[in-house]
Amino acid sequence: MNAPVSLNIPGQKPASGMGRLIYALRHLSIGRWTVISLPSLWLAVFFFVPFLVVFKISLAEPTISIPPYSSLLEWDPEESFATLKLNLGNYLYLFEDAFYLEAYLSSIRIAAVSTFFTLLVAFPMAYLIARSKSTTRILLLSLVILPFWTSFLLRVYAWMGFLKKNGLINEFLMTFGLIDQPLTMLQTDFAVYIGIVYTYLPFMVLPLYTALEKMDITLLEAAEDLGGRPLQNFFLITLPQAVPGIIAGCLLVFIPAVGEYVIPALLGGSDTLMIGKVLWDEFFLNRDWPMASAVATVMLIVLVLPIMLIRNTNSGKEAF
Amino acid sequence: MTETQVIDSPAVAQSTPDDIPLWKQDGAQPFLRIENITKKFGDFTAVDNISLDIYKNELFCLLGGSGSGKSTLLRMLAGFEAPTSGKIIIDGVDMAGIQPWKRPVNMMFQSYALFPHLSVEENVAFGLKREGVPRAEVRERVAQMLELVQMGHLNKRKPHQLSGGQRQRIALARSLIKQPKLLLLDEPLGALDKKLREETQFELINIQEKLGVTFVVVTHDQEEAMTLSTRIGVMDQGKIVQTAEPHDVYEYPNSRFVAEFIGSVNMFEGRVIEDEPDSVRIHSKEAGGELYVDHGISCAPNQKVYVALRPEKIKVSRRKPDQSHLNGANCIVGTIEEIAYMGSMSVFRIRLPSGKEVRVTQPNFSRNMGERFTWEDQVYMSWDADSSVVLTS
Repeated sequence: MNAPVSLNIPGQKPASGMGRLIYALRHLSIGRWTVISLPSLWLAVFFFVPFLVVFKISLAEPTISIPPYSSLLEWDPEESFATLKLNLGNYLYLFEDAFYLEAYLSSIRIAAVSTFFTLLVAFPMAYLIARSKSTTRILLLSLVILPFWTSFLLRVYAWMGFLKKNGLINEFLMTFGLIDQPLTMLQTDFAVYIGIVYTYLPFMVLPLYTALEKMDITLLEAAEDLGGRPLQNFFLITLPQAVPGIIAGCLLVFIPAVGEYVIPALLGGSDTLMIGKVLWDEFFLNRDWPMASAVATVMLIVLVLPIMLIRNTNSGKEAF
Repeated sequence: MTETQVIDSPAVAQSTPDDIPLWKQDGAQPFLRIENITKKFGDFTAVDNISLDIYKNELFCLLGGSGSGKSTLLRMLAGFEAPTSGKIIIDGVDMAGIQPWKRPVNMMFQSYALFPHLSVEENVAFGLKREGVPRAEVRERVAQMLELVQMGHLNKRKPHQLSGGQRQRIALARSLIKQPKLLLLDEPLGALDKKLREETQFELINIQEKLGVTFVVVTHDQEEAMTLSTRIGVMDQGKIVQTAEPHDVYEYPNSRFVAEFIGSVNMFEGRVIEDEPDSVRIHSKEAGGELYVDHGISCAPNQKVYVALRPEKIKVSRRKPDQSHLNGANCIVGTIEEIAYMGSMSVFRIRLPSGKEVRVTQPNFSRNMGERFTWEDQVYMSWDADSSVVLTS
């Protein structure tokens, strides 16, 4: 029997995106409306509107004035004529000058490598916390969050003390005769990786913990019972269960890491190229606000597009 | 064609020509031998010096309340817990130090523990793939096993898309696919509703007979244990208090605990007044009369004993029944306090002059059976000499 399918059949969810949205809007109660609209309003006021302002500036020309950019709309009162001047030159320049492309790629590379190592460090930590007794679990979780109680800047400075030529690590290695010459660690990409992994570790540990904590331990017993050795079971059972946490954690680390400014500025060398630094230089050294805005806009697009793609492939799958 | 062997090999191939079960034969080799197993968690003794022999093709039920140690015992068989002391020998091999993934044992978990990210097919295939069975053979055996549990049509589904009963079948299929010598089932039917449970019980027995696997089932449900098992081990506080066939556990409980745990029972306290080799006469103040039981016990004269009497073995009548063959014993008087009509039978709660309450069930032979008696009626209760059991502990 083929029942006619229409939007009005309750429980019959239309597949297309637009249809789904209409379906969702129709079936929302007032309570749910307020719950959903509040964060939407927040996003609109504090993210979308500022972004439009930045986007507007990116289409202007730099001038020596306050603010240091031309207005897009010029009004000639005598002729009663308005002209809209959009300057796409900033965007064209972004693609013409290899420097910017390099900066983007380098940022993505540094962020990706750091995210990978953050994951490697965070996974065992999250696993241990999720498997420990509930009393120690609270203690361990608060230890993970504890660094947030001191200033981020202070903690990065502390790493300078560790990594510099006559810093703690070199001193330690020299005293024990492991090295003859102090290692150059500060002002290298290595130091930037360390800084990012250290700073963003909690953002990776927490979602991983949440995913692993939800996992039913009897699944591992069942796998062992069926002949799986512990290491196999980790890859076949535990890791797939942790995928939502891995995705969330990686996004939480990768996105801010791409735009990171403080860590490469303090720990990185002169050749450490990251888009956050480029942005800073455009704003405060060149005072070229439109160019800086264009850099920021493209960065957002570079970041948002992959996330949208991940989200889409994820929602296509059935929830675990 | 190794894969068809399992399904074809008849369970009875190993058994003797006459149908005497292995556990009643002298010198029969047990398939699973549990020797003085003890498991302690800190100060708490979960399993207390249990010894038990289970034979090939048995469907053995460990029956007990929560905290009786039955699950711990099962987990030791699977290898998830190491015994504090004692030995587990499966098919002649001592299991000490053998890891779960190396034991010839599979387990069906109470929660089913299906892998949520894998499809039905992949779940069932998991065990075979770990053994390195060729892909084509895996596919064939999985298909066969899913056919056996009647789930072939849902092979691509994920566990969360299945109903409780379907998940239970997949869990069973997954635990059977490696053709274990010993299958452990932890509350296999606990999560199913009553009707589905009854259906599945018989299916489980069918499959067990078809495949010839030895089952050890843990359950707290005495009905489940009665219908499923060849033998029942009743557990209490880490010990097995009685091991017997379902019929014997019900009709010949060896202690008050077992009698009260399995089914409902009326218990009369009394003192022995006549102790013959094949019968006992007991005076019970509580019952308000003499009780006569046609089996002997070893006891001291005037010893305090308990007479256990199942509710369905009591006849209720308005007129005094003729108990002259028992010298007037096994006949007591009471007042009906409550009648519950349950369709197939009626349950009476009858108060004795001593204050003791007796539970009686009567099948509803005719449509107006329930109307024969009413509240506050004075009635006689009587039973035969072979209806009750005397218990000393």
